[in-house]
Amino acid sequence: MDISINKSPRQGAVLFSPYLRGEGIQKALEIGRENILFEIRESKLKGRGGAGFPTATKWMLVAASVAKEKFIVCNADEGEPGTFKDRVLLLEYPELVFDGIVIAGYTIGAKEGIIYLRGEYEYMLQSLEDYLSKMREDNLLGNSILGQEGFDFDISIRLGSGAYVCGEETALIESLEGNRGEARNRPPYPVNTGYMNRPTVVNNVETLASVPHILLKGGEWFKKYGTDKSTGSKLFSVSGDCTRPGVYELPWGTKISELLEIVGGENAKAVQVGGASGSCIPRSQFDRTLAYEDAATGGSIIIFDKNRSMLKVLKNFMEFFVEESCGQCTPCRIGNVKLLEGIKDIERRNYTFSYINKLKDLGRTMQVASKCGLGQSSPNAFISILENFKEEIFNYNGFGGTNGK
Amino acid sequence: MLLLEKNSLTEEIEELVNLMGHERSSLLPILQALQRKHKYISDFAQQEIARLLDIHPVEVYSVISFYAFLHSEPHGRNIVRLCQTITCDMAGKDAVAKAIERELGITFGQTTKDKRITLEYANCLGMCDQGPAMIVNDRVYTHLTPEKAVNILNEIK
Repeated sequence: MDISINKSPRQGAVLFSPYLRGEGIQKALEIGRENILFEIRESKLKGRGGAGFPTATKWMLVAASVAKEKFIVCNADEGEPGTFKDRVLLLEYPELVFDGIVIAGYTIGAKEGIIYLRGEYEYMLQSLEDYLSKMREDNLLGNSILGQEGFDFDISIRLGSGAYVCGEETALIESLEGNRGEARNRPPYPVNTGYMNRPTVVNNVETLASVPHILLKGGEWFKKYGTDKSTGSKLFSVSGDCTRPGVYELPWGTKISELLEIVGGENAKAVQVGGASGSCIPRSQFDRTLAYEDAATGGSIIIFDKNRSMLKVLKNFMEFFVEESCGQCTPCRIGNVKLLEGIKDIERRNYTFSYINKLKDLGRTMQVASKCGLGQSSPNAFISILENFKEEIFNYNGFGGTNGK
Repeated sequence: MLLLEKNSLTEEIEELVNLMGHERSSLLPILQALQRKHKYISDFAQQEIARLLDIHPVEVYSVISFYAFLHSEPHGRNIVRLCQTITCDMAGKDAVAKAIERELGITFGQTTKDKRITLEYANCLGMCDQGPAMIVNDRVYTHLTPEKAVNILNEIK
């Protein structure tokens, strides 16, 4: 395989701190469901996929349900451009992810855990299956796990097939059920009617990987890192124009400028925070912090230096969304195409400002009228790049200028 | 398709269905297994899957057409997916793509005459720190240069 191991320095006090396989499960069985939920709630852990829903609330809703069958689904369909933290976690820290799933299963009373692995990651399927076999041998999966009478639990891996939208939790569930990955209306939420209409917890890989550490060291300890509203640390997938790309663990609340220094991207003119569906932050705002309450992100950080044409960047993003829109709802299906056409008009210098403004309005309409997160967030880049880089994009340089190349 | 081929495909699908279950939720794994082996899912295969899962064939087609990695038309023996998303683009995906196209004499979306290779673009492969990247069947290649990419493709049979 042609993948280098994550070379970035394994800084980080939380996820990348020492952990022994099975430790978290042992601890979970010792302290029991109530205390697990207490510690997770104490830690104020929020979903690491980007939406930031409190994990404890999700778990409690499903734990409280009396349904016979419940499921825990691990969302490993990371498709957001610029995100690769789940790849590093699954390849290099599988013990955290799988122990997290077992703990979640124990807490909510599920017998079955499912990992939805994106089709692009099929190459890691064998090593993950091997890992699961080892867990079964050591009684970390199977019947009466670690001797706990009545705790039977197993994990299966299901593959995606190259659809970005399946990272949306209800689309993911549709896909698991053998359908087109089209998002459902919410509510009802998966915690009530999820996989096979059963209560289901869908958690990001990184969220689940945080759980074993929280149980071992306590919610109070977790809260020491990060900010008041964004506790703990976050894995940032850093790529683009920097000297040290890779996955970094940093506490929430880190300034963008601090991150750029760590990764060797000080010359950046802009940083795309949150991938194609995130927003583009210009140099003048580099003192903003990475946190749910400020520049929120599922971890994707793409760095652009002064030579990059932001119009080309934007075009790449919009081409992505045009391809990945599932086509179910009109604002997203048509809207993204219209935004891309607008970008091509700008490229050809064949536009009017009144039309560009209409497109921005269209973008804002998509943000409220689209059915799922894809169409609700795809105009973010369009609006923020045209706003923050209008001088570069709309003002021709004088004689001999190189703008718009 | 020859009768003999049809029979063996039916047998293969029956085996898959027995292994993975008759439920609707088995549809995707079944399609993925066929795709992996045959590089596409023929009309006949779709009908057989529909018969065995007791759903309408159009349901099967509808699912295939939704997912980028499932095909209903014949493809080459090897499927090459070059990442076209932002960081691979910034790292020189265009030069890699052009070199591959020149070398194979086809453009993206096409299959070589000898059915050896189908070229496709993929969206973000999750290799952004090591781009440009491509996947050949289920193997990943990173840090591509035009020359390296062409050498890799010339090696595969």
